[in-house]
Amino acid sequence: MAEFRMPILGADMKAGKLVAWRKQPGDQVHRGDIIADVETDKAVIEVEAFVDGVLERTLVEPGETVPVGTILAIIRLEGEPALAEMPAGPPVEAGAPTVAPHPTVPVQPPVRLRVPEAGGVRISPLARNLAAKLGVDLATVTGTGPGGRIQQRDIEQASAAMARRASAAPSEEVADRQMRMRQAIAAAMARSHRDIPHFHLFTTIDMSRALAWLAKENETRSVADRLLYAILLIKAVACALREVPELNAVWEDDRVSLKPDIHVGVAIVLREGGLVAPALHLTDRQGLGDLMRDFRDVVQRARAGSLRSSELSDPTITITNLGELGVEAVFGLIYPPQVALVGFGKIVERPWSVDGQIVSRPLVTATLAADHRALDGFRGSVFLATIDRLLQEPDKL
Amino acid sequence: MKRMTYREAVRSALREALQNDPRVFIMGEDVGRYGGYYAVTHGLLEEFGPERVRDTPLSEAAYVGAGIGAAVNGMRPIVEVTTINFSLLALDQILNSAATIRYMSGGQINIPLVVRMATGAGRQLAAQHSHSLEGWYAHIPGISVLTPATVADGRGLLLAALNEPDPVFIFEHATLYPLEGEVDEDAGPAKIGEATVRRTGNHVTLVTYGGSLGKTMEAAGQLADEGIEAEVIDLRSLRPLDTATILASVEKTHRAVVVDEAWRTGSFAAEVGAQIMEGGFDLLDWPVQRVCSAEVPMPYAKHMEDAALPQASTIVQVVKEMFQ
Amino acid sequence: MTDEEIRSTVLRLLSDIAPEADLASIKPNVNIRDQLDIDSMDFLNFVIAVDKELHVDIPERDYPKLATLDACMAYLAERLKAAGRARPTD
Repeated sequence: MAEFRMPILGADMKAGKLVAWRKQPGDQVHRGDIIADVETDKAVIEVEAFVDGVLERTLVEPGETVPVGTILAIIRLEGEPALAEMPAGPPVEAGAPTVAPHPTVPVQPPVRLRVPEAGGVRISPLARNLAAKLGVDLATVTGTGPGGRIQQRDIEQASAAMARRASAAPSEEVADRQMRMRQAIAAAMARSHRDIPHFHLFTTIDMSRALAWLAKENETRSVADRLLYAILLIKAVACALREVPELNAVWEDDRVSLKPDIHVGVAIVLREGGLVAPALHLTDRQGLGDLMRDFRDVVQRARAGSLRSSELSDPTITITNLGELGVEAVFGLIYPPQVALVGFGKIVERPWSVDGQIVSRPLVTATLAADHRALDGFRGSVFLATIDRLLQEPDKL
Repeated sequence: MKRMTYREAVRSALREALQNDPRVFIMGEDVGRYGGYYAVTHGLLEEFGPERVRDTPLSEAAYVGAGIGAAVNGMRPIVEVTTINFSLLALDQILNSAATIRYMSGGQINIPLVVRMATGAGRQLAAQHSHSLEGWYAHIPGISVLTPATVADGRGLLLAALNEPDPVFIFEHATLYPLEGEVDEDAGPAKIGEATVRRTGNHVTLVTYGGSLGKTMEAAGQLADEGIEAEVIDLRSLRPLDTATILASVEKTHRAVVVDEAWRTGSFAAEVGAQIMEGGFDLLDWPVQRVCSAEVPMPYAKHMEDAALPQASTIVQVVKEMFQ
Repeated sequence: MTDEEIRSTVLRLLSDIAPEADLASIKPNVNIRDQLDIDSMDFLNFVIAVDKELHVDIPERDYPKLATLDACMAYLAERLKAAGRARPTD
């Protein structure tokens, strides 16, 4: 069968009117014979047939206007049987493609994944590192990636489940461990109190600039990169130690030794009780974003129980920030052999005098516990004043 | 800041170069009287005369070779090869002379040649006129390969290219010429070898260049509606390649997709993927994915060409599969 | 996401942060930071987990709106609805 369709008789013709049939069903049609008259915007055109055959049936009546491409008639070619009924095809929209544009089939071949032999673990490099860091046994992890591949989220969930199991049913071991930690802290604190002649200084710091800067800075950062307020305190202490290096020291063998690098220890409360104060290495040299990442990593590992021993023995000074628990000031005990402990209390809105006017400001009490064998009050005061000064220019931290 | 089209931005850089340095001249097919096949050099013949804007015979090998010779002799030619498709006829000049003479002369001879070419598909020009062969050029040591994707870079990277002592090949995707954008006319040359993060995000890194930047940004917008924040990196130069920017992003996102209009096999995307694997193996939570053209000579019919090229919807689909 | 799905997701994320907590006995209209002994680092980790899992970015100024479990759920339901991803309870 050949289809005789409404032809395009002008470059921008979209539809045409069938004016008259020049052949009737049953008539012989030869190539070149006029088969119909079609009216366009411009003129009435005589349209030729391009095949030899018999006009089987017409599908459009004279006077009808149809889109270009619409089947107008069927021509039976030589040797073909007649058809009883031929449904009219739906009119083809002029200019419309017959295939939908932009198919969503991806234009790349699927990659066939090779499965490791029996006994092998399929795991992403990131997940493998994370498992090692968190102490997760891969044999206990089910992978949710393609082909059962273990991914970051699987390790994170396994680690959380581990922590839940550990705390849900504290076994003998865990209770033992907690008791031993308590004993270690007790020994250290007793020694500190016994051996170190402590003196305490405090100062009140106006945190309005630091907090305003922090709020603005965090608006520009994505969620995962947000800075905690504690990071500003840690960095300020580290930078202050550059200016007052006598506090970055240890007391050993009856004398003070200044330490060349600054590693600020941060006191971290463990969820089941107990305290550790691991170091954030080279604190003064890190940007706030890096420091935040470091801090987060150390807190996670402290709570998972996987700190490295160097982190526990490296701090050159320790910060304790109990502000979250509602205490206004901390007069603490120094961790020997360090010579100082810096404490921060909670931020309180209090009246403050600025240029002779009383205003309300967010204030924090910063305390210094110092070893009087190694330091005197003057250098201690300078240190606290430096921390204050640094916190007034948070953008420079 | 002035609003102009990509083609006007390139033209403004050409004018500035012709004005400031008498050694600079432009040569290529139809660059003078016709004003350039893509109208980039429109008006320059009238302004600077036939010594500075030279129509060439229809032989890529001849006029690229002549450009190399001019550069050897102290000129600063800017050769326009109408499209990357025709540059194949000049490949021997490019690879065996432009890229190598400095080395073969023991450093005695530099070729400060700039060659600009239109590249890419998307306008139903079919199998012989739709190539994306920037990756082939990026394979060659001794040259720089730049792919400006924004109006500002259309100007800035060309100005930078003129300061290079060695050949620079600039690929302008043909669909970018009418693109409008803001240009700081006082801004000097851009920096070669620095990729730019065009959109920040935490969940996946999309690396792309040239004509694919628009589709990649569109895909990023669609992904954001579904809660996936993509970081989009515009490479701007394929050689030298700014791997540091790519790896810094992957360190954050742990997932990467490279969008490249070239055919997948042996594409530049494969090179980027290999570098991410080499430098960032431990950062990856998922294998690096590539979105490239289907492995067929480019079809002529629009709907088939669209199906063969990377589209925003393809990129979205590939990214979503990384998060099942 | 239905309200039930939001609730179970929030509880799961909270238990990741405070594994020893007895979630069944959380009082929904009492401050969660006090009930579960969550400090600012824990809370930030919770916010990051919500962003990753529910794709809702909680700005710092909205932190006070997440004070109790009920408040948390109301806030997240509203944000998910605004993004076209919340469904009424099935």
